[in-house]
Amino acid sequence: MLASLVGFLGDFDLAEEAAQEAFAVAAERWPRDGVPANPGAWLTVTARNRAIDRIRRERTLAAKTRQLEVPEATMDELDDTVIDDERLELIFTCCHPALALEAQVALTLRALGGLTTEEIARSFLVAEETMKRRLSRAKAKIKATGVPFAVPPDHLLPDRLDGVLAVVYLIYNEGYSGRVDLAAEAIRLGRVLVALMPDEAEVHGLLALMQIHHARRNARFADGDLVLLEDQDRSLWDAEEIGAGRTALERALALRGRGPYVLQAAIASLQSDDEIDWPEIAALYEQLVQITGSPVVELNRAVAVAEAGRTEQALEIVDGLHLDDYQYLHSSRGELLRRLGRPVEARAAYERALELARSERERRFLKRRIAEL
Amino acid sequence: MKYAMLINYEPGHTDALSEDEFKAMFAEYTALRDDPRYIASAELQPIETATTVRVQDGQTLTTDGPFADTKEVFGGYYVFDADNLDQAIELAARIPAASLGGAIEVRPLVER
Repeated sequence: MLASLVGFLGDFDLAEEAAQEAFAVAAERWPRDGVPANPGAWLTVTARNRAIDRIRRERTLAAKTRQLEVPEATMDELDDTVIDDERLELIFTCCHPALALEAQVALTLRALGGLTTEEIARSFLVAEETMKRRLSRAKAKIKATGVPFAVPPDHLLPDRLDGVLAVVYLIYNEGYSGRVDLAAEAIRLGRVLVALMPDEAEVHGLLALMQIHHARRNARFADGDLVLLEDQDRSLWDAEEIGAGRTALERALALRGRGPYVLQAAIASLQSDDEIDWPEIAALYEQLVQITGSPVVELNRAVAVAEAGRTEQALEIVDGLHLDDYQYLHSSRGELLRRLGRPVEARAAYERALELARSERERRFLKRRIAEL
Repeated sequence: MKYAMLINYEPGHTDALSEDEFKAMFAEYTALRDDPRYIASAELQPIETATTVRVQDGQTLTTDGPFADTKEVFGGYYVFDADNLDQAIELAARIPAASLGGAIEVRPLVER
């Protein structure tokens, strides 16, 4: 509903006020008159009409609205497609590249996630005032610079969609490090995106990736310690969520998706099998490297190559990478050297990883690996 | 909405261009002036011709050189009247300096 109002009014704050008024009226009338057949439409119509009344009364606001002469909205005009189109426009507006990334994230959570400013502030460990300022600055920039409230034209759409997916994935990853709420929020946004853009393979791919990872979250830690994939208690995996992720992946593949999110989702799905097909995973990582050119992805490929039984080759790949400040490079090297029966070098690698470790959990894990040598 | 496009580039950013490439680049700058949304533009002379002026306590102080002591220098501008920021960005991206290591700052004008 907020999306529809923002689109209609071209103004976030005005839209929020109108929405609140509509809810207040509903709270008053519905217990008395009964809940209408289409509550969403009722609220939207009421909010629009209230906003129009207010605007007509306050002439100075007239310049800020996109349409001056607006007929009173009727129940018949509003249907789900209109509301969906405006939600799509809202997503692309919130994730406009002219806005700072942290602003895109905050705006998306506020406008589409429906989180309160306080909740968003808490999720990112900043003061509420800071988050309030971040949001108002972003809204002010949208207004002042004429960020269009529209789905981007075809020639801009691929890059802009990448931006939207990156924001959602960022939200998911913030949740990954422990704040479960954001992960669930990101998945919810992912489902909204799938509903709005069912023909985009990467949208399905991202949802699949998030769902499959999320399904395994309860097995990731035991007694506060990190548990590697091969040691995880699979009974703690959410089978239903893995199923949902795989369904999304199938749709992505049916759409001939071969982009980074689809590839990562395919890898995650294979890793959730009882018998893991590591050679296939290594091949998928190779495709991912070709797209992203990322040394971190190449490192992951090396790990898959090792799991497929080619440990020497894996070490060669790792030694060719320039990731000296990346702790996982050293911990992976340590493991490979251990498997090759070179404990002295393995210890040195693990100790380098320990220097770079950022959390107590990771430090404990690495110390255990060193002790086991 | 009127947008200013402030062109910043490193001096010598066109040195590596061949004569033909330079001509093509120049043609692009000219073509932008033919866009129906064009309002104004100006190319500034090189940074060596800059003088910075300040007034303190009624006294005019002049110093040799540009205001900003940066690697990139401000070299000129366009003003376009575009429908929205995306249009403005597309126009800015056509400014040749942007493809030659430069940066275009896009800012809406204050319209009274």
